Amino acid sequence: MEKKLGPATRDAYGQTLVELGKDNPNVVVLDADLSKSTKTAAFGEKYPERFFNMGIQEADMVGVAAGLAAAGKIPFVSSFACFLVCKSYDQLRMAVAFPELNVKIVTSHGGISVGEDGASQQSIEDVALMTSLPGFAVMVPSDAVQTRALVHEAARHVGPVYIRTGRPKTPVIYPEKTSFQIGKGVRLREGKDVTLIANGLLVFEALAASEQLKAEGIEASVVDLHTVKPLDRKLLLEEAARTHAFVVSEEHQIWGGLGSAVARLISEEQPVVMEFVAIQDTYSESGAPDQLMEKYGLTAPYIVKRAKRAVARKGRVSV
Amino acid sequence: MKKLTLEELPSKAKEIRRDIIRMLAEAGSGHPGGSLSAADILTVLYFHLMNHDPANPKWPDRDRLILSKGHGAPVLYAALAHAGYFPAEKLLTLRKLGSPLQGHPDMRRLPGLEASTGSLGQGLSIGIGYALARRLDKKSYFTYVILSDGETNEGQTWEAAAAAAHHKVDHLIAVLDYNKFQLDDSVKKICDMEPMAEKWRSFNWHVEEIDGHNLHQIAAALREAQEVQGKPCMIIAHTVKGKGVSFMENNNHFHGVAPTKEEAERALRELV
Repeated sequence: MEKKLGPATRDAYGQTLVELGKDNPNVVVLDADLSKSTKTAAFGEKYPERFFNMGIQEADMVGVAAGLAAAGKIPFVSSFACFLVCKSYDQLRMAVAFPELNVKIVTSHGGISVGEDGASQQSIEDVALMTSLPGFAVMVPSDAVQTRALVHEAARHVGPVYIRTGRPKTPVIYPEKTSFQIGKGVRLREGKDVTLIANGLLVFEALAASEQLKAEGIEASVVDLHTVKPLDRKLLLEEAARTHAFVVSEEHQIWGGLGSAVARLISEEQPVVMEFVAIQDTYSESGAPDQLMEKYGLTAPYIVKRAKRAVARKGRVSV
Repeated sequence: MKKLTLEELPSKAKEIRRDIIRMLAEAGSGHPGGSLSAADILTVLYFHLMNHDPANPKWPDRDRLILSKGHGAPVLYAALAHAGYFPAEKLLTLRKLGSPLQGHPDMRRLPGLEASTGSLGQGLSIGIGYALARRLDKKSYFTYVILSDGETNEGQTWEAAAAAAHHKVDHLIAVLDYNKFQLDDSVKKICDMEPMAEKWRSFNWHVEEIDGHNLHQIAAALREAQEVQGKPCMIIAHTVKGKGVSFMENNNHFHGVAPTKEEAERALRELV
């Protein structure tokens, strides 16, 4: 499959914020001294009075956002995923999730595709942590077009939202102006043998895997499940009924991410054979993003291998 | 809401202390010491100074009060009940299943609450958020944040201290209920925060120090703070933990232990 690189999802976020700032005077943006990296700086240049650079203090930033939301503003709060989620988890819990405030947490530098900066800057736990907070919608967009649409949706959605964006340029999946809804996945390919479910950068890998599988006679569905919470139950049950075999792939720690979420729903409602492609309970390291994705098992060949295993198991296991 | 004169406040403060004792005795758990130490501060705010309307708790121009020391919930609930946000009988449902009077404030459940608190150190940040929204909306309301001395141990308090001053946040008035005790022991023994006033001054706050049980001093300090422009204000109110009940004063047993029925009767006999 041809890899056409488009903007990073963080770039799409930054541009979308400027659009939101124009449309909605209640949108305010907070950053913790990483606005050049998270791309919120563009909003700050355009709407300085509604942009608050809080300095390197994530906990205070989330509390301030909670107060702004309680007073009727729509705060978008950004930093690197690992810092924002981990350093202000108590504030996300107490000041945002518990009172159900309308705060939008949009992080950059999700996953190991951060690359050379190394493990301290790479967030592999954020989806697990954020889905644990009651009431939060949690999303991992797969390309720039989808990021833009979901950030607009997040602004319209009343309640707390988490969106993870990434650092590297991202393969283009969708045509410009495709629309998306929170909680509604996208079936990109339809096949009868196995369903490849993914989000973020792994959506492109799943599409590439589906082509390789096709060449080997295996017809795969591909589902972009950009929203981890709430899960698209209808789409997942349709796929379960048709293929009876899932491979769930994500740029995240295997404990508690998209795979865990899908497995819980499927095991309760319609068990199928399941395989997982994710980071195997370890921290990554410095390296080029592509090298790291390869080393930690997050590329198309790994999905192909798991898909074949799922198809083989399906023949043996009655589910 | 009709405001009380300074002369009318002492009897209101006493009624609030009586309710704190009654509700905690009925609940059988909770935090008397830090509720009683803040009673005079909240009495001046809710009945003498703040613009608010219990019939319209979401009035956009209201002054906001955040009880950052969420374990002091009983004093806040008593003040809200006396102001008319809900019937006073409800106070006796404190901490019981289904009650809007949760063990620590839950803003979804009770009108008049401006924040959900109980994890220490968070209220000042939330207060900055309200105050920044006020500035954007060009309104004139004040945001009051009641802090405990214990929560000045928290790093987030000092993040907020730096940020509020840097962003020149005014109409933000913090009151430190400096009763000198935290849960395990005195602040001096656990994590001494002295020199407290110098710390806040060095963070570029407008700082006042008062006797937190002198109603005239509380009111005067708050009025002075209202006039300050381009800076946040910290009123360090020196208080006595358990104030008003002789056997609870400076007795840290009553930090987080409710009075027994017998202790409550003795306390109420003193609060007449």
